[in-house]
Amino acid sequence: MDSSLVYEILLRMRHDELFDYCVDITAVHYPKREAQFDIVYILYSFHHNERVRIKTQIKDGEHLRTAVTIWETANWLEREVFDMFGIVFDGHPDLKRILMPDGWKGHPLRKDYPILQQDQEWVKINLGIESGQ
Amino acid sequence: MTDSTRTDYLDLDTKDETFLDATELVLNMGPQHPSTHGVLRVILKLDGEKVLGTECVIGYLHRGVEKIAENRTYAMFNPYVDRMDYVAAVSNGLGYCEAVEKLLSVEAPPRAQYLRVILTELCRIASHQVWLGTHALDIGAITPLFYCFRDREEVLKIFEKYCGARLTTHAFRIGGCIYEAYEGFEQDCKKFCDAFLPKLDEYEELLTTNRIWVERTKGVGILNPEDCIALGVTGPVLRASGVKWDLRKAQPYESYKDFDFEIPTGLHGDTYDRYLVRIEEMRQAVRIIRQAVDGLPQGPIMAKVPKVIKPPVGEVYHSIEAPKGELGYFIVSDASTQPYRIRVRPPSFVNLQALDKMVRGLLVADVVAVIGTLDIVLGEVDR
Repeated sequence: MDSSLVYEILLRMRHDELFDYCVDITAVHYPKREAQFDIVYILYSFHHNERVRIKTQIKDGEHLRTAVTIWETANWLEREVFDMFGIVFDGHPDLKRILMPDGWKGHPLRKDYPILQQDQEWVKINLGIESGQ
Repeated sequence: MTDSTRTDYLDLDTKDETFLDATELVLNMGPQHPSTHGVLRVILKLDGEKVLGTECVIGYLHRGVEKIAENRTYAMFNPYVDRMDYVAAVSNGLGYCEAVEKLLSVEAPPRAQYLRVILTELCRIASHQVWLGTHALDIGAITPLFYCFRDREEVLKIFEKYCGARLTTHAFRIGGCIYEAYEGFEQDCKKFCDAFLPKLDEYEELLTTNRIWVERTKGVGILNPEDCIALGVTGPVLRASGVKWDLRKAQPYESYKDFDFEIPTGLHGDTYDRYLVRIEEMRQAVRIIRQAVDGLPQGPIMAKVPKVIKPPVGEVYHSIEAPKGELGYFIVSDASTQPYRIRVRPPSFVNLQALDKMVRGLLVADVVAVIGTLDIVLGEVDR
């Protein structure tokens, strides 16, 4: 669905359709597409015992509105998406890296980030070695 | 040797009001701290000994499992999942194999499903034993640790006999199981069940009515059901708050619908209730193992799966009830031999987020108890 509608739809899912448990928020990178990223929200409802996936596509550099105001659990999940893909969530209370160290360059789960790549400069400054490999 | 008259590090000309009158103190706990169960760093904001707020710093054990997955074939990635929650490796493998099977639209044969259930439930017991031992040790009771590890050894022996590994087992394959139950497997499981229940009573004798234990855990780290759901907390932590929800019953996978078992729940959502819930879960696991061993069907243990696994284009989300909570795998396939994307939804990562809410207003010593009761494994938090 259109990325500008996501917040409204999530809000509806939470309050009208009673999807009260946000299982996961994640992203998939398709570098060849114009809208490079799929953002996937996995929701579960305790009332209906049902799970749904809500997907949207966004371009590189496009922002999304945060879901922290709807589900508190979105806090760390969105931070991880930001850390791994560099997707910015507007209105997030504390959007910073969560698994990678602060100051790391690059977003590892993007497809254009090779598996052996690392932030050489960061490694040199913080670990005092030329290469971690 | 310290020189008590040394004052050059103090600026005596200006009165240091921030230090003397400060009511807030920032204290760093971890990452090298025995009670953080690995490399978890918690920054505590304190007023005296009262916790005003916390911030978790994680990622010290980040190995990029999801990135590795994109560069391995489906079968090659299977052993990696064991290294996430290394205390409950069998459950991780089960979740992954089932997710790929769902993607391939195959189902493991009945005998494999029963074997999987037996091993997963044994694994649940082993995981809860590690939790109980370390949690009690954190609070100051040393004996349960020895009792738990002694009895966990029996589970590990069964794993070792079954698949040759004790910890990171790689017991299951996509499509079923690769190993047939060894000679005497059923007897070993039954023997373990018979011997384990009295041992469980022993643990309870040590702790359940122990005054120190009760005072350190009752009313500590309370989570009400609404907060649990908002924070996405699952597993025994959620059930201790009174929400009767277990994926084995809510959306049965494998052969769990064949077995008769209860979902224990708590009333108050405090550390003591979480303890009782996990103890009862071990009893229920024994019940499941006994039923599964008695009903173990004959037949093949491997479904027809192509040698080279190439699932059709598509995506799948599958989750199981791991000992720590909902463990989910979101797999995107582009019809090649390697997964396009694998996302692991780790229960520990999400549960750890509740720490801040649970410890506000408590003492520093209670933070240790609450980290223990959340039952996190940093290998899974950081992946």
